[in-house]
Amino acid sequence: MIKIWSMKKNEDQAAKKRPKTSAAQIRVQKDLTELDLPSTMQTKFADEADILNFELIITPDEGMYKGGSFEFSFNINANYPHEPPKVKCKQVIYHPNVDLEGNVCLNILREDWKPVLNLNSVMVGLQYLFLEPNADDPLNKEAAEELKRNREQFVYNVKVSMRGGSIKGVQYNKVIP
Amino acid sequence: MAAAAVVNGTASSSEWEGRYYHVDQILDRSGPRTDPSFLAGDEVKEFLREKCKILVIGAGGLGCEILANLALSGFKDIHVIDMDTIDISNLNRQFLFRQKDVGKSKAIVAAEFIMNRVPGVKVTPYFGKIQDKDEDYYMQFNLIICGLDSVEARRWINATLVNMVDSDNPESLKPLIDGGTEGFKGQARVILPTVTSCYECSLDMLNKPTAFPICTIANTPRLPEHCIEWASVLEWPKVHGDKKLDTDNPEHISWLYQVAAARAKEFKIEGVTYSLTQGVVKNIIPAIASTNAIIAASCCNEAFKIATSSAAYLNNYFMLIGTDGVYSYTFEHEKRDDCPVCGGQSLAITVNKEWTVERLIDMLIERQDIQVKKPSLSTPGKQIYFQAPPQLELATRPNLEKKISDLVPDGGEITVTATTLPFNLSLRVKYT
Ligand SMILES: [Zn+2]
Repeated sequence: MIKIWSMKKNEDQAAKKRPKTSAAQIRVQKDLTELDLPSTMQTKFADEADILNFELIITPDEGMYKGGSFEFSFNINANYPHEPPKVKCKQVIYHPNVDLEGNVCLNILREDWKPVLNLNSVMVGLQYLFLEPNADDPLNKEAAEELKRNREQFVYNVKVSMRGGSIKGVQYNKVIP
Repeated sequence: MAAAAVVNGTASSSEWEGRYYHVDQILDRSGPRTDPSFLAGDEVKEFLREKCKILVIGAGGLGCEILANLALSGFKDIHVIDMDTIDISNLNRQFLFRQKDVGKSKAIVAAEFIMNRVPGVKVTPYFGKIQDKDEDYYMQFNLIICGLDSVEARRWINATLVNMVDSDNPESLKPLIDGGTEGFKGQARVILPTVTSCYECSLDMLNKPTAFPICTIANTPRLPEHCIEWASVLEWPKVHGDKKLDTDNPEHISWLYQVAAARAKEFKIEGVTYSLTQGVVKNIIPAIASTNAIIAASCCNEAFKIATSSAAYLNNYFMLIGTDGVYSYTFEHEKRDDCPVCGGQSLAITVNKEWTVERLIDMLIERQDIQVKKPSLSTPGKQIYFQAPPQLELATRPNLEKKISDLVPDGGEITVTATTLPFNLSLRVKYT
């Protein structure tokens, strides 16, 4: 066998074994403890010992979704950050980029995810969707078409939906406290 | 008792004259580039054939090639792990398997085949997951070769081998040779845990699995893949709720296939098949037998050179790109300081066992050699103190007043992260 041991640098000799914390866990610890969230976003852990599964609550203070409280679930697996976190909206909301099952159309959650991105980038991206809903990437087609056709009507629909009303036969969840 | 044939001083019924004629040309004399530690002759041959224990992870496309190559180059104590069973679609390239083996364990069938074909070689199979085995198991090997198609399994074995390195025990450092292929592309690399860059160091070099924008899938499908993703990403959770999609369950795949095919028909898209459905949801990359053969051969040559020191081994990354003509490139992939597995700083600290967590944190902040502000601390599976987010800070705040020795055992490890640290820091705590 080759003698590898002699190649080990002396500085390494002092370093004994490392913690058996997985790379994904360490990375999530780093991401979470360095979160720099504005007052409009808040994380909520159902089980404080489980940092891989939690909720994010977004309460926009401007734009047409102002006054609402929007809940997203975050599920992170052992392959993070090779794979992005799985994010879903927990409520039925009227938004062009969120479908009725809670799927979210945000590029960095799928096709544009890179390991250098972090939880902060995803959260900021989600908040941006409420400030600038995007009619070009629709998941709720009705909402997207309304936004394109008649912005005033769209804003009105948003208000109705946030109070728990229905639009075109779809009942939305009340998101105003 | 029948006398065993005696050839060149080695007695064994499975040896015959000339069996190792070619390999011995290399082992009987040194060349201009052989490692200075190489001792030509019987000792190295005895090590290779009698003592060296090698582990092969994966008995699929690469694994079949690796097992055959190792056995034919003189490794005689080979172990193989694979959790999969043989599927009919494997038979086109996984040449140790036959039609009658469909449904059986890849590891077991491959081991039997090699032992029947190459006399004197012992192959010990394990039908299960690499995660079933502990450090004691991995410690018994001299070398480990990986022929896997899973990023997750590779990250696991890589982290396990890096963690195993114990500065008091040279035997704890196990060379890892990793092979991977993707169509006409492939790579082979040599990882010397803690010495060279590790698998995790190069994670961002990987091609990420293709993902399509979710709104394209939902609204404007153009490809058969879009229809399949629509079925698996959007329709499955809608129809089945919390029931998890099991990509190894043929019933689940059939359901997806039917839903995707209906969608494809609606949008006049052609090409949705059962096997494409399986390929997309399992993220199966086309496997080409000859690419596997090249990469496996390269891995086995490195295993041979490392086991015998008969020639300089790969330092440390060989890339083969056969998609546009043939291009290959060998380079030294560098260790990343901020690698969460092999990078970062490691520090042994001695603290009074009466110290509180707060006192320890103050000490870390004061230490000039660390330069850390606002550190967050955890032990494997447990938080000690998190600076953020607010809920976790609040939940872990009571720990600040607790004795560190009540939370971390003597000799235990603490992971420290902080905004000011580009990477993480591991502390190993001793109490006085
Ligand atoms: Zn590394």
